[in-house]
Amino acid sequence: MDALATYQAVKERFGAKVLEINEKALDPFMVVDPSAIVEICRFLRDHPETAMNCLTNEIGVDYKDRIEVVYELYSYPKRYGVTLKVKLPRDNPVVETVETVWKSANWMEREIFDLIGVTFQGHSDLRRILMPEDWPGHPQRKDFVEPMEYHGISTVRDSPIIRMEADRK
Amino acid sequence: MSIRTEEMTLNMGPQHPSTHGVLRFVIKADGEVMREAIPDVGYLHRSIEKIAEKVGYHGFMPYTDRVDYVSAMFTNQGWAMACERLGGIVVPRRGEYCRVIAAEFNRIASHLLSVGTMGMDIGAMTPFTHAIREREMINDLIEELCGARLTFNYMRIGGVGWDLPPGWREKALAYLDHFDPIWEEYNALISYNKIYVERLANVGVISTQDAIDYNLVGPNLRGSGFKWDIRKDIPYSVYPEFDFDVPVGTGEFGTLGDAMDRYMVRIREMRESSKILRQALNRIPDGPVLAKVPRNFKPKAGECQVRVESSRGDMGWYAVSDGSAYPWRVHVRTGSFAAMGMINKLSRGLMIADLVTLIASLDVIAPEIDR
Amino acid sequence: MQQLADSLIAQGMFGANPPRDLIYALFIFVFSLIVFLGIAFPFAGIVSWVERRVWARMQSRCGPNRVGPNGFLQWLADGLKHICKEDLIPADSDPALFKFAPYLVILAFTLPWAVMPFSSQLILADLNVGILYMTSVTALTVVGVLMAGWASNDKWSLIGGIRSAAQIVSYEIPAGLSIFPAVLMAGTLSMQGIIKAQGWAPWTWFAFSNPFTFIAANVLYISALAEGNRTPFDLPEAESELVAGFATEYSGMRYLFFFAAEWGNLFIIGAIITTLFLGGWQFPLISNNAVVMNVLQLITFNIKVLFLVFISVWVRGTLPRVRIDQLMSLCWKYLVPISFVDLVGTAAWIAIWPSGNSVAPWIMLALFLAIVVTFLRRVLHYFRRSKMELYLSPTI
Repeated sequence: MDALATYQAVKERFGAKVLEINEKALDPFMVVDPSAIVEICRFLRDHPETAMNCLTNEIGVDYKDRIEVVYELYSYPKRYGVTLKVKLPRDNPVVETVETVWKSANWMEREIFDLIGVTFQGHSDLRRILMPEDWPGHPQRKDFVEPMEYHGISTVRDSPIIRMEADRK
Repeated sequence: MSIRTEEMTLNMGPQHPSTHGVLRFVIKADGEVMREAIPDVGYLHRSIEKIAEKVGYHGFMPYTDRVDYVSAMFTNQGWAMACERLGGIVVPRRGEYCRVIAAEFNRIASHLLSVGTMGMDIGAMTPFTHAIREREMINDLIEELCGARLTFNYMRIGGVGWDLPPGWREKALAYLDHFDPIWEEYNALISYNKIYVERLANVGVISTQDAIDYNLVGPNLRGSGFKWDIRKDIPYSVYPEFDFDVPVGTGEFGTLGDAMDRYMVRIREMRESSKILRQALNRIPDGPVLAKVPRNFKPKAGECQVRVESSRGDMGWYAVSDGSAYPWRVHVRTGSFAAMGMINKLSRGLMIADLVTLIASLDVIAPEIDR
Repeated sequence: MQQLADSLIAQGMFGANPPRDLIYALFIFVFSLIVFLGIAFPFAGIVSWVERRVWARMQSRCGPNRVGPNGFLQWLADGLKHICKEDLIPADSDPALFKFAPYLVILAFTLPWAVMPFSSQLILADLNVGILYMTSVTALTVVGVLMAGWASNDKWSLIGGIRSAAQIVSYEIPAGLSIFPAVLMAGTLSMQGIIKAQGWAPWTWFAFSNPFTFIAANVLYISALAEGNRTPFDLPEAESELVAGFATEYSGMRYLFFFAAEWGNLFIIGAIITTLFLGGWQFPLISNNAVVMNVLQLITFNIKVLFLVFISVWVRGTLPRVRIDQLMSLCWKYLVPISFVDLVGTAAWIAIWPSGNSVAPWIMLALFLAIVVTFLRRVLHYFRRSKMELYLSPTI
């Protein structure tokens, strides 16, 4: 089975829950309904033909009008991978966690929560991971504006080039 | 008689001699035995992924060095391959060979550092200096190649920055002749040392199932006995042309998947890299090293995934292009990040001294976790 | 000492009717100062220089080579530097204990020099319980280290201190038991008495006199390394685990005291083993001049001790650190039973051959030489491969 056949099989099994199958992309992917992501992931993991036993990558992408969470799955026994996507509304991105399916999702989802701001329902330990606990906003969002200072520490610094030019004058 | 006991909460790091950079652990300990160690990362977060969105495709190349400064060639290569995939660029064969040579030298250097610091964390100082001595020689070679000793910035989109300098090939082969006996000597010094084996064997055992479930990659996955190497199994570059083995953990000193297995995998991988290097240096074809890539590189809109076998394992690059000169989103999934996520589970019931062993055996590099 | 003071008083040096007790006290004070600053500290310093140079060569480094010839005065420069540094005392520590702990450690390191048998006459006090005194005062270290670990109010220091206490108390047992075979052989506890019971030749040393003492010498060396917090048993200050263990919060002179004591203890370990098992200062009687003989004996003693120091440094350059559970199992499961067997075995040996067996020393010596030759054959391969001139000139 390859990626495209897997997408077809999932579409047959889940029907309307599969919103789109993109075959022309460099890495063909399948967009699924956010409510069905755990179900589909578990199906892909447990089905002997697919046996996706590893979640290699989970990425959040901010597309200004929506937020996508990309799941890159890989099957070590069958030696191929598939890509799943969920599209979430930008103002309240909530999706169920896949931590119950693969343990490796734990930290990746924490990272997405931290940097993109997607809330993963049912996650066991949804805390910020890279940024400080009290950091305002989610830095990887396109409209994120860095605050001028953090706890009294300035986050801006003079450009050394501008300073050099001032010295020259 | 009952004695009132208390759990001790210890703060290990971010300034601690053996946390390989700036990691922090909150250790809940019962005397010498840990209940758990909660990793706290982010002290080295420089938002490299965000920077990529501001500096453009070519401009991001030097920043990739900083993702993993111990093995910068692989991060270079990962980014270059992602851009080439987006832009449909074909790298000239000599360029690919140069990449493989540089990357494999980097792998040896990185593993030398890893096994050297492993010795130091266990308390043996001498292996570290011996490993560093050899690494310096590799750094000298790489410096001749690209002018840098740590953040190499050697690769470009479409090939490599510079061709091999005259006489470099002979020097590199001479170094490999020197390296193989040194490898034996290093093993004789430390690898089969009784105390060393006692300290590493049966510590931090990861079963194959757990390793896959937690998405461990590279030597950590192979240490658990699972034969998986991106260079062999999802081949990229010119790796299919070379003949090399993939060492896996065998549990020869203790349990399968313990710290000793991961250590031995790294030791043996250096030998395999040396094998690849000999073949590559002897077979390197003539020709250009850099494909023609427009200075204003604008790949068409789309997204791609690329996987590179770095010295810390499968490094997954994910890049989204919107058709402009700046990438829309870049993401790196690194081996250390996954390994770090597993430490909490592994640390339960270990001793404090074993936590140091465990971190060293997983070979985590702080900048790679935080990016 | 008392005679000297009495004779000086008799000569009227201190006036007609001097306060005798005060003068005695003054004498003791001045003399201890000379021992402390003139003998104990320089020896600790020299051992530190030896260690750093030898260790550096094992690691393909240079080591200190700038201050004085071959960096020989580095220890003096470092000592001065540490004394000039700020003496930091953490705000939350227990200041009294924190300040006092290093003195206790340095005391434990200074007191043994009183019975250090440098030669047949160069010994401050040939106590009739010399070796017992030596082992008991060196054990004071544990009190100082534990105090330092507790008073620092730092969890890493505390772990270091507790580890040290557990380690030193445990290893006192095999160390103490391994001393007794030599004491049984000599029939005395006096340092000079034990040395005089041996001869200058290796086959007259206690180490080779029978198989039990041979093993006892090795057990004693291992336990002594553990008591001196040396690699592979340097758990109390394990720098990769506990930052600097019990000494984490110390700085300046107090820090120096801990480490001077560690290096000095290295010398003391060597001296104990040399005295008990390796013939001490014994040298063939080639001159009737007491001065010449004493100088030769002094040199002999120091060469033996420094060789043992070299082995300690070598061990440190080679071996990793053991874990706390392995440390304890080594002590209680292996060293303690072995040393008991040694003690009983030696006693039985003496009962069977009261005047000594004439063949056993030769066999033991041959065995020892066989071990050395086997070892050399194994390392010869690496000697051949490496640059010989580097090894032959130690001062590059």
